[in-house]
Amino acid sequence: MRYAAGVDIGSTYTKALILDDQRRIVGRAMRPTGYQLLEAAEQALGQATEMAGLAPREIGYVVATGFGRHQAGFADVVVTDLTAAARGATALFPGTRTILDVGGQTMKASRLGERARVQSFRLNDKCAAGTGAFLEKTARYMGYSTEEIGPLVMTSKEPVNISGVCAVFAESEVINHLSQGAAPADIMHGAIVSLVGRSVQLMKRVQMEPEFTLIGGILRFTTMVNVIRRELNTDVNVPEGDLVQFVPAYGAAVLAHRGLEKRGAEAAAPAGQGRAVR
Amino acid sequence: MAYAAGVDVGSTQTKAVVIDSARNIVARALTETGANVTRAAENAFQEALAAADVREEEVEYVVGTGYGRYKVTFGNTQVTEISCHGRGAVQMFPRTRTVIDMGGQDTKAIRVSSSGEIVDFCMNDKCAAGTGRFLGAASAALRIPLDQLGPTALRGERPVKISTTCTVFAESEVLSWLGKGKKMEDILLGVHQSIAMRSGALLRRVGIEEEVTFTGGVARNVAMIEALSQRIGVRPNVSEDSHFMGALGAALFALDHILGSRVPAESRQAQP
Repeated sequence: MRYAAGVDIGSTYTKALILDDQRRIVGRAMRPTGYQLLEAAEQALGQATEMAGLAPREIGYVVATGFGRHQAGFADVVVTDLTAAARGATALFPGTRTILDVGGQTMKASRLGERARVQSFRLNDKCAAGTGAFLEKTARYMGYSTEEIGPLVMTSKEPVNISGVCAVFAESEVINHLSQGAAPADIMHGAIVSLVGRSVQLMKRVQMEPEFTLIGGILRFTTMVNVIRRELNTDVNVPEGDLVQFVPAYGAAVLAHRGLEKRGAEAAAPAGQGRAVR
Repeated sequence: MAYAAGVDVGSTQTKAVVIDSARNIVARALTETGANVTRAAENAFQEALAAADVREEEVEYVVGTGYGRYKVTFGNTQVTEISCHGRGAVQMFPRTRTVIDMGGQDTKAIRVSSSGEIVDFCMNDKCAAGTGRFLGAASAALRIPLDQLGPTALRGERPVKISTTCTVFAESEVLSWLGKGKKMEDILLGVHQSIAMRSGALLRRVGIEEEVTFTGGVARNVAMIEALSQRIGVRPNVSEDSHFMGALGAALFALDHILGSRVPAESRQAQP
């Protein structure tokens, strides 16, 4: 049996995911990207392979995606993160029309047409105030780590108003709120509300329409999901557990799975007929 | 002898200056602003008094400026930092027509008349890109003290091109250049050039008229002076007291009041 793998080399984390021939997830792994992109990709894929109990040679097809995709020289094919996310989101939620992807250093919104085709997209990777880095910075100014954001904000009663104009200027804003006695949880909640405001703006610019599928590391925080749901006034799809971070890797693996099938069909074609015409 | 004082409560540091009636600086003090803005203002003021060996009663008028100027509770009035930087720069360099002020969290380009009145100004108010914080981020990422950034960057020969706009992302970009084996001095030269590019754009929006005076904490950075000169094609005036220019301007407005002329009201400065 041959396995298909997707590797997503993101700005903050590199994710790898492996599918069997029935398109079932058999392994996945994630590690910080750092500055050696190829090494990060190899290690994530190696870990996922190990987790699946496979030998590296059993991985028959690899599709790479993410901002560092071109560094993954071992990949059979590379696709953009938008394509991979669209594939992954529709494989999980076939009715997906709008995808919001909030990562550590980027925010992307895309609208899909038929057959997971990306019709329109907008992205922010220029200003940290519109990405997960804003939450990370806000947490750090108050002495909390990124991992603590989720549990912290769960205890919030009411969000404090955070302007969210600049992740650097947020420091003075946070300090002011703290000195006026605001609870860190409420400040964190306010930062999430501010980030959601930016997300909705970005989605409006792609002419959003339901169903909405939310992906990316920042959607691990259920408060973020709840605030988006409230702002959009509609239900949203969110992949379960840590799968929310693996959607582009999953989409890349789905494409790899298809690549494997195609290759199999070509190999099975009778001699003399030549290669299958696409 | 009459004394006047100016207290400039900046986003990062608070500065105080005491002048005598002949407009000579008799003392200066500098302290971190921190979370308690009122206390920072008081501390800077008291330190300056101690350094000048002047009693508080001898200071007849105090003007507060900077973003925290309303927290200068002992001050008699407030004047915007735009007015104060313009005034201070013209006092130091009378032929000043353009001022570029680079502080911890903001950069301002100001055009002034020969009497030090504000003709036009422009500042980054929504984004920390191109401010002193960009240098702070580089300093933290590369683990080089702030005062070593300039001297190190001056040794650079092949500057890297910094592509990020956001100060938060600059930190990772700086590290990624280091990861790619670039020399520290070349990365830092690139960082300085990137800030100079942004301040140059700000200056062009108000129009560059000579002479140009460079004020604010970042004016102490030799590589920044160099990069800015190259970018705008004009060598700016830089004073030893560039850091205290806002506080000096505030003290001069305080002295005006003592000597009987009018202090520009805050409302008037809102539409220069």
